[in-house]
Amino acid sequence: MLKIILFSLLVIVGFGFFGYNIWKVRSNILLGRDVKRSDNFWTRLKLMTLVAFGQKKMFSKPIPAFLHLALYAAFVITQIELIEILADGLSGGHRSLSASLGGFYTFMISFIEILSVLAFIATIAFLARRNMLKVPRLRMSELKGWPTKDANLILIFEVILLVCIFTMNGADEAAQVLSSNSTYGFTVSQFIGPVFFGGIKSIETLHLLEQIGWWGHIIMVFIFLNYLPYSKHFHILLAFPNTYYSNLEKKGKFTNLESVTSEVKLMLDPSADPYSVAVDPNVAPLRFGVKDVTDLTWKNLLDAYTCTECGRCTSACPANQTGKLLSPRKIMMDTRDRMVEVGNNQRKFGKSFDDGKSLLHSYISEEEIWACTSCNACVEECPINIDPLSVIIDLRRFLVMEESKMPTELTGMLTNIENNGAPWQFSQSDRLNWANEE
Amino acid sequence: MSLHVPTMSEMIAKGETPEILFWVGCAGSFDDRAKKITKALVKILNHCKVNFAVLGTEESCSGDPAKRAGNEFTFQMQAMMNIQVLNRYEVKKIVTACPHCFNTLKNEYPELGGEYEVVHHTQLIQDLINTGKLALEGSETYKGKKITFHDPCYLGRANDVYEAPRRLIEKLDAELVEMKRCKSKGLCCGAGGAQMFKEAEPGTKEINIERTEDALETAAEIIATGCPFCNTMMTDGIKNVEKEDAIKVLDVAELIANAADL
Repeated sequence: MLKIILFSLLVIVGFGFFGYNIWKVRSNILLGRDVKRSDNFWTRLKLMTLVAFGQKKMFSKPIPAFLHLALYAAFVITQIELIEILADGLSGGHRSLSASLGGFYTFMISFIEILSVLAFIATIAFLARRNMLKVPRLRMSELKGWPTKDANLILIFEVILLVCIFTMNGADEAAQVLSSNSTYGFTVSQFIGPVFFGGIKSIETLHLLEQIGWWGHIIMVFIFLNYLPYSKHFHILLAFPNTYYSNLEKKGKFTNLESVTSEVKLMLDPSADPYSVAVDPNVAPLRFGVKDVTDLTWKNLLDAYTCTECGRCTSACPANQTGKLLSPRKIMMDTRDRMVEVGNNQRKFGKSFDDGKSLLHSYISEEEIWACTSCNACVEECPINIDPLSVIIDLRRFLVMEESKMPTELTGMLTNIENNGAPWQFSQSDRLNWANEE
Repeated sequence: MSLHVPTMSEMIAKGETPEILFWVGCAGSFDDRAKKITKALVKILNHCKVNFAVLGTEESCSGDPAKRAGNEFTFQMQAMMNIQVLNRYEVKKIVTACPHCFNTLKNEYPELGGEYEVVHHTQLIQDLINTGKLALEGSETYKGKKITFHDPCYLGRANDVYEAPRRLIEKLDAELVEMKRCKSKGLCCGAGGAQMFKEAEPGTKEINIERTEDALETAAEIIATGCPFCNTMMTDGIKNVEKEDAIKVLDVAELIANAADL
């Protein structure tokens, strides 16, 4: 009975705190402006299935892709075992599903066990890749400190989860041998159970071990679940909505700022009287471009939460490869950090609170913004369709249109376009001269 | 052979309607190297008797460099003025040899009232070959030569056009060799995003040098491009390693025009 009460408390606290964090994440994402991404249901569903569920884009790097797939498959399939743990915990039973499922139950647990072994190997390989092998994209400056700890912590959590599962099943198998010289027939633990726990000749000790594995696993699951919203590892959940809400346009198409369109139309209309245009006092004037996270769209902010800091974007970035300051991954990490900061501030001090900081300048420098060639390599590379380029360009727009800050050569280029319709100082009347030149 | 370059206003004055508008672009109009690409394309159009016209002095910058530099005002001013001209001439189809103009006209003009069918010149040339208007059979010019194609970002990743230029290189009876980074994984030449018009930010290397090294690894004799800016960057890269005598940087249109002996 005590076990049922303790377990129920754990479930309520675990899910309750997770629910609270999800509410915070949602309100942080909604700090962003609106953008329409709810059309084309079937196209989006297909995209999500291929890219998030099918991990299509991971396979351009096969080794990490297979390791990642093993870990991911184990994660998804283990959720079935979690249903049984919940059922056992709330009913006080033991392996509640085994009686009703019979032979299929053995198959199912065996399947989970095999995937768990693969996941264990993958986790160790990932720890080695992060800490021993010098994979360049996992050792860049923006990962110093917390991001590196976060990555290792997640992997250690996964090791604990897997050890707990095998402690639980292994001790159960050893107890089965000791009490009735039989086995559940679980593919992995019927062997490793006797190896690790065969020396224990007390059924009580084995049951205790099984319970430690069982409690350890479910407690770890709740720690893991509640750690996610604070971690880069949030992608295991957010990859799905993030790919669903992907940009479906050609990558080369940049948005046309509507606020600019209305002004340009006024300028080009000879009969227009700008003073006669009604200004809606309830609509705040839009900034041209992005200065802070509240100027970004909710999709940009969802992108930031979804980023798992793998660095494929940065390693494909031509600017980064040639030693420039820009790292698309850092752009997304900065966006997330700033969003969380603004969200916390607003909840604590009210909506109009201003901490004097902004995404542009306080987090991301002009030099980073001006290093981008807008080549879309980062967008192409992201395994879960994050778009760092749209953030970079919107920051650039603010620099140019609101602060008039740009490299001097660009001022000249823009003046040329405005004066003579070309980025260079050639007269428009000379535009056809080539046709008559030898 | 002198070029036949009718302008839109001339044709309309004669009561004729061209099938397609050739959008020359700023580089194609003013840059000495890019003008050769423009002329190569006109030779092909003339040879195939394509009913085309240019805007001539009525053409203006598409606005792409302004937009990539973050100045949406200048971009939309340019776009709307161009759209007024294009719509006045009731333009339906546009071909351009510049992927930046291509992308902007194709993707960013429709919302501002300019809806046209826009094709890259490699797509048009491919079409001319497929419909039998242009024949390259038996051409020895590039037979067996190693040619690598550098994907312009605004043609490839930005608009998913990877095949047209490659099919054309194959028509030359040449050996198409790919760089280790190609198609959707292709490396930028360094000119995009208005970088063409400014100094690169501080770093350890120029992007066009990095890309030139990719091309050198293939041991190709010719680097083919489909963008006047990529052409400039790759040409500079080759000059930087003093290989301009051994390795040529040519636009796909130039390769085709040369092979067809135009």
